[in-house]
Amino acid sequence: MIALLSRDLALAIRAGGGFGLSLAFFLIFTTMVPFGVGPETGVLAVIAPGILWLGALLACLLSLDRIFQLDWEDGTLDLIATSPVPLEGLAAIKALAHWITTGLPLVLAAPVLGVLLNLPASGHGWLMASLALGTPALSAIGTFGAALTVGIKRGGLLLSLLVLPLYMPTLIFAALCVTRGAAGQEALTPLLLVGGITLGCLAVLPFAAAAALRVNLR
Amino acid sequence: MTLRVVDLACARGPAQILAGVTFAVAPGQALILRGPNGAGKTTLLRTLAGLTPPLAGRIEADPDAIAYAAHADGLKAQLSVRENLVFWAGVFGTRDITAAVAAFHLGPLLDRRAGEMSAGQKRRLSLARLLVTGRPIWCLDEPTVSLDAENVARFASAVTAHLGRGGAAIIATHIDLGLPTAQTLDITPFVAKRIRADDPFAEAVA
Amino acid sequence: MASIWEYANPRKFMATSAFVLPWIAGLAGVCLVVGLVWGFFFTPDDFRQGSTVKIIYIHVPSAIMAVNAWLMMLVASLIWVIRRHHVSALAAKAAAPVGMVFTLIALATGAIWGQPMWGTWWEWDPRLTSFLILFLFYLGYMALWEAIENPDSAADLTSVLCLVGSVFAVISRYALLFWNQGLHQGATLSLDREQNISNVFWYPLVISLAGFGFLFLALVLYRTQTEIRARRLKALIAQERMG
Repeated sequence: MIALLSRDLALAIRAGGGFGLSLAFFLIFTTMVPFGVGPETGVLAVIAPGILWLGALLACLLSLDRIFQLDWEDGTLDLIATSPVPLEGLAAIKALAHWITTGLPLVLAAPVLGVLLNLPASGHGWLMASLALGTPALSAIGTFGAALTVGIKRGGLLLSLLVLPLYMPTLIFAALCVTRGAAGQEALTPLLLVGGITLGCLAVLPFAAAAALRVNLR
Repeated sequence: MTLRVVDLACARGPAQILAGVTFAVAPGQALILRGPNGAGKTTLLRTLAGLTPPLAGRIEADPDAIAYAAHADGLKAQLSVRENLVFWAGVFGTRDITAAVAAFHLGPLLDRRAGEMSAGQKRRLSLARLLVTGRPIWCLDEPTVSLDAENVARFASAVTAHLGRGGAAIIATHIDLGLPTAQTLDITPFVAKRIRADDPFAEAVA
Repeated sequence: MASIWEYANPRKFMATSAFVLPWIAGLAGVCLVVGLVWGFFFTPDDFRQGSTVKIIYIHVPSAIMAVNAWLMMLVASLIWVIRRHHVSALAAKAAAPVGMVFTLIALATGAIWGQPMWGTWWEWDPRLTSFLILFLFYLGYMALWEAIENPDSAADLTSVLCLVGSVFAVISRYALLFWNQGLHQGATLSLDREQNISNVFWYPLVISLAGFGFLFLALVLYRTQTEIRARRLKALIAQERMG
């Protein structure tokens, strides 16, 4: 399992691995927003929580189809399926690797982008907390979606169609948490709900992803 | 341990490919699978490896005893030869890659990235992976593709050494490996090219 | 002993459904005509909402059936996962487009009703938004069925999606309630109906609800028959190819 994780991380950092692409996308997406809605700081401050979370969500989505597709194409997935590593473990490790290469950089970069969008100072802590708690759920859900569509050629678009509705509750609670935090209101409840969704996803979805992988491998 | 296959029926998608396959491979034995293209050698090997569930029959072996090598090499182009082998050693919980490196003469290539190697060199690396798994029963699908004569001989001696250690091998191949003790199984008599018997929509056919 | 699982045999299902389908379709037609005509022409206008309230005879039944269709798909998917009855998987596949159309009807009639009542075609109200999300779930489910070639794998994967999706649909529902307290009126049909709706509106509504239910049943049976025929055809072609 540790071998799997370190290999996935090594692959992400090597040339063509796509490490940092999601982060760059997040950056570009956020800097495009003021061009779309105008530079008034008041408006930006109001929409910043939603925009930042949407950006994080789309940045996660961008790299989902790589999770299993490359291993599927070069035959590695077949070989791992015959190894002592259970597919449930593989799915969990893949989700973890995806989070480390995609979610974690977003969490760390978010405060900078929050400043760009004029997010009120009181919202920054909640933004980081909600991203730290919420992005693991995005990775787990995305891993499940990637496992469902691994056998489909050019399944990237279908993957987005399947995964985005599943992202809805996380987005709602997380954006609400940041909005309330920025406005100085009580924001702990939505944050805890985000944490609850994440824990639920981490507990259940690796099994669903492994079931989907087994079907796709046979 | 002996791998025993009893009355096995294999399917690929909606089609039943093989029926009534029965054989046994004892430790120290090798079995060469023969049959024309598309007869079902790959399907049989995938079923033995546990990837495809059998339609009927039994496979009497510990699934953790079988090491599978497919058409695809399963290598990461961005990783070096050493990194690829160490990765698989980690996955299979073994540590030592020196035997694998020696058997396929990979020493000079250890720090070369897999993406920069020729097809034959990749194949050697992919076969070396089998030694790293530490598993006794090898199920190999066309292992000698893109190997030159020298490396086919190297592969044959690796198999012989594996058999000598009490391992077993089931190899689907079209060429003569020169394994003196190997049995040959022609799967042509088992070919059952028809719709799956458990397909409830085939009543109009049956 | 006769068991309900006998109908999981395609041949038995085809024979039985061929017999009951005309009756169910007839019942659906009668209930719909009676319920809608009664509702549209023989009920008084609401004292607040005027004649616009009459869209309720389409809006409420289609909304209820939109949710029930998903529930039926969930049950059918579970039966497929647990007991591997092929007809069950095909019935789930057959129900999806029907449920999606009910969802669309509910959304469209809701917009038409909402315009004069709330002064807007669309409002990000939890109920409306839930139906929009349900629509997206239907889309994804159908797209996954279409994308996978091997029918058994497709049945397996869509079942897993349906199970996971149902859990997320419920979470989304509560998330939306948390997110925005809407302006949609409370449930029209509930056990304490006396408080919400008078008998004059109640009877035609129940009849058209039954009509929509039978319509759904008839369409699902019909579409399942079609799916079974398509699978038989596929089996024949596959056999032909293998010679």
